Formats: sequence, structure tokens, C-alpha cells
Amino acid sequence: MTANGKPKFAMYWAASCGGCEIAVLNIHEKILDVDANFEVVFWPVAMDTKYKDVEKMEDGSILLTLFNGGIRTSENEELAKLLRRKSKLLVAFGSCACEGCIPGLANLTSREALMNTVYRNEISTVNAEHVRPHVSTQVPEGELHIPEFYPVLRTLDQVVKVDYYMPGCPPESHQIGAVIDLVIQVLQGKAELPPAGATIGVSPSTVCEECPRTRGVKNIKKFTRIQDLEHIDPELCLLEQGIPCNGPATHAGCGALCPQAGAQCIGCYGPAEGVLDYGARLMTAFASVIDSQDPEEIDQILDTLVDPAGQFYRFNLAGSLLRASKPAWQSS
Amino acid sequence: MTDTFEPVIIGFTCNWCSYRAADLAGTARVKYPPNVRLIRLMCSGRLDPTFVLKALSGGADGVLITGCHPGECHYLEQNYKALRRYLLLRRTLTQMGIEPGRVKLVWASAAEGVYLAQEIAKLTEEIRVLGPLNWPKWQGDFKFAHDIPVEHLEEVAA
Repeated sequence: MTANGKPKFAMYWAASCGGCEIAVLNIHEKILDVDANFEVVFWPVAMDTKYKDVEKMEDGSILLTLFNGGIRTSENEELAKLLRRKSKLLVAFGSCACEGCIPGLANLTSREALMNTVYRNEISTVNAEHVRPHVSTQVPEGELHIPEFYPVLRTLDQVVKVDYYMPGCPPESHQIGAVIDLVIQVLQGKAELPPAGATIGVSPSTVCEECPRTRGVKNIKKFTRIQDLEHIDPELCLLEQGIPCNGPATHAGCGALCPQAGAQCIGCYGPAEGVLDYGARLMTAFASVIDSQDPEEIDQILDTLVDPAGQFYRFNLAGSLLRASKPAWQSS
Repeated sequence: MTDTFEPVIIGFTCNWCSYRAADLAGTARVKYPPNVRLIRLMCSGRLDPTFVLKALSGGADGVLITGCHPGECHYLEQNYKALRRYLLLRRTLTQMGIEPGRVKLVWASAAEGVYLAQEIAKLTEEIRVLGPLNWPKWQGDFKFAHDIPVEHLEEVAA
């Protein structure tokens, strides 16, 4: 509790894009409820606080920390551990913290290849001196340090214990609003917290359940990327039209926004309940609807599915059973 | 090290054909390498790719998937589903840096005990050549270059 009696709130971004912070502001006037009920003590994107201010706080003194972003650098890891120590409730907020998300796709590539892309191969890169980031550098004034870039990205719960998971890229504002309402009600003694380790801010079942498109018998002879189609049936299930839609394995919660707009679900809400490996569930689903029994023809149909790993693990690679490709975890 | 390398292979068998083929191989005293650990499923169509990923990430060097010959599935056409999953899974595994030869699909009827034993022996030798997979356990023995171990979680929430 702070001097004004309000419980403390913190939000932090690790390896993420900042979209989660915008999503929190996107709850409109509800943000005033956050201010009315919490003392915001640490939120680098919104206010000027220092890490050492957090270090000075008592352990467990922050009631609620929304942590977004994966663990890519030693700084991310340090902050994850620090905020874990200082927080009563640590929420993995958004797809990056829950399962790696887009930054986690770097787990397909070795650290060397990533560095070469960024510091050498990109067309817009001019780096004649072959400058690379080093953890420590000698300058006339002394030794400078920057955080280390780890070989693979980890999810928040692969580094510290997480109390709740709130998926989405970013989480939808109505879901954030509902969670904030719930926490406020808990503070007022009107509600109880969900069981520890629960996924919050979601709806039961999968995106298909929320999707209004008609589902019939799926028989696919060819996968087509949405940009290559002249016409998309506005009523029919996208997967039935050969568009690789990730709805069957993805947790409901977004209201099936993408399929309703005519775009396939890309899976940002992460694995549905009971799914151990998101990509495996999708492989099962996709393979089941391919209409062929001939190995050669099946291979031809699969040729039309560009980049299976990217399709099946776009958001979930770091959180999958394999976590990273062999070149990635071998790189050091 | 490779001289003494004994691959660990997880084999998934179908209750109606390949499991009985393995049984027949046993009763007929047909020898095959003990490297394969057979798990019985009711049908190859029960094979969720999760099983394969779990085996490989959990320490297996290879996976053998077996089922009834095409057209002979006890549940009509589930072995075709297994075939399609297998072909799709191999592509994904390749992108993850896993040699496709580590996962193999073999059709074996209940009468083909000798054939199944030969295929197990063949796969064992192929994986011996590929060497250990050694997928990291991520906790405990897996260390990053900077040597900071992953913090052990006191009570992991399910």
C-alpha cells in the first residue's frame, strides 16, 4: 500500500513491440478506473522511473504487474526476476510473454545469422567497420556494458513463475477491461481471483467457435495464400476455401475478428485449452482435411503450404515443445 | 562417442497390425535391436504429432510410426490421415533443423513380423549414422553461453 492507501500497479515491456501498452491505453475511460484504484509505480513507456526505484521497493509490495515481451536479453531476464520478487501477481501479458510471439520466430535462426542480417546483410545497412554489439567495450573513459543478447528467446514462465496468462497480440481491449474490472472487484471483496496459473481474458473453446462462417465438410486439394485469391467466399469457412486458417487450434477471446474481416486467423491468442503443442494441433487439423490418399499428390498439395513452421508456430515457437530450432540452440 | 552410441527410438504401433507384427516377431524368436521402445495405439490415426515432438524434445533420437497397409485400416481410412500428418510433420521438423530421416513411417500387417523387425534394424542403423539428437532439456543441464541457469521454479503452476 502506498501513502494514499492505493495498491501498486506496474507494467513492463521486455522483447516486444509496444502494442500491448497501446492496448492498455485503448481501454478508453476505463484507464481512469486504473488510476482511481491503483498507484502506478513503474511503467517505463508512460512515466519516468528508474530500475533502482523498483529495487528499493519492498518485496511483494506491487500488487499487480502486467509483464509483456519475451526474454531475449540479460536485461529482460533481470527485470523479469526483479518484478517477480516485487510483485504479488505477475501476469504474462500478451502473446510475447505467454508464448514468444513474433520475436520468438527468431528461434528458427542462429544468433550469428540474426546478427549477420542486422549488421551486415540488410540492403539498408552501411557498416564498413563491421561494428557488432559487444557486452563490454573499452573506451577512454572506462568500460561500457550493454545487456547480452541470448541465443534463444524464452517466454516469461520459462524464466520465472507466472501467476496468470493473458494472451493476444495484443489482448483485446474489452478483455483487458474485464480483467481490470475483476481485479478491482477482488480488491473490494466482491469477487475472487481465478485459480493460480489460469489463462485470463479469454473465452472458452477456439476461434472457430466464435467464427460466424459456415462450416461443412473440408476437402482441400490446394492451399492458397489469401493475397493470391481473386475472390473469397464471405460466408464459407476459410480453411474450406484452402486458406490456411489457424482457428481450429487457437484460444477464443478475440471474437474471431480476422475471419470476419475475410482474413485467416493467424493464431495470436495462442493454444486453446488442453493443447500441449499448438503447431502439432494445427498439423493434425490441416492434414485431416487434405483430400488425397496418394503420397505424391499429398506432397504436391503440401508444396502449396508455404513455410509450415512459420504457419504453425507464428506466435508459439518459443512456447512450443521444441522451443527453438537446432541451429538456434546450438549457437552461442 | 559414436562407437558406443545406442539410439533411443520411440515406436508407435497400431493395435490391429504392427503391434501384432511385433508380437509375432517375438513369438517367432526374430531378433531386432532393443533400441526401439514400442507404444501401442489403437490406430496410426491416433498419432498426434504432439507425441513425436514430445519424444524428440524429451530425449529420443528417432521415432518410428507404423500402421496398417493403405486400404487395410481397421477404421477404414485413418492410416491415410497418419500418412498426411507424417508428411506434413517431416517438413516442419526439417525447418526446425531435425533431419527428416529421424522420423519414419512403415506399414506392416499382422503377418509381417520379420519385415517389421528388418525395418526396425534398418532405422536403428540409419539413426546411429545420424548420431544423437540431444535436444536440450532446457532446465538443469542446458546452459546458455553466458552460463546463467534457468531459475528453478519452486511450484510450477500447471
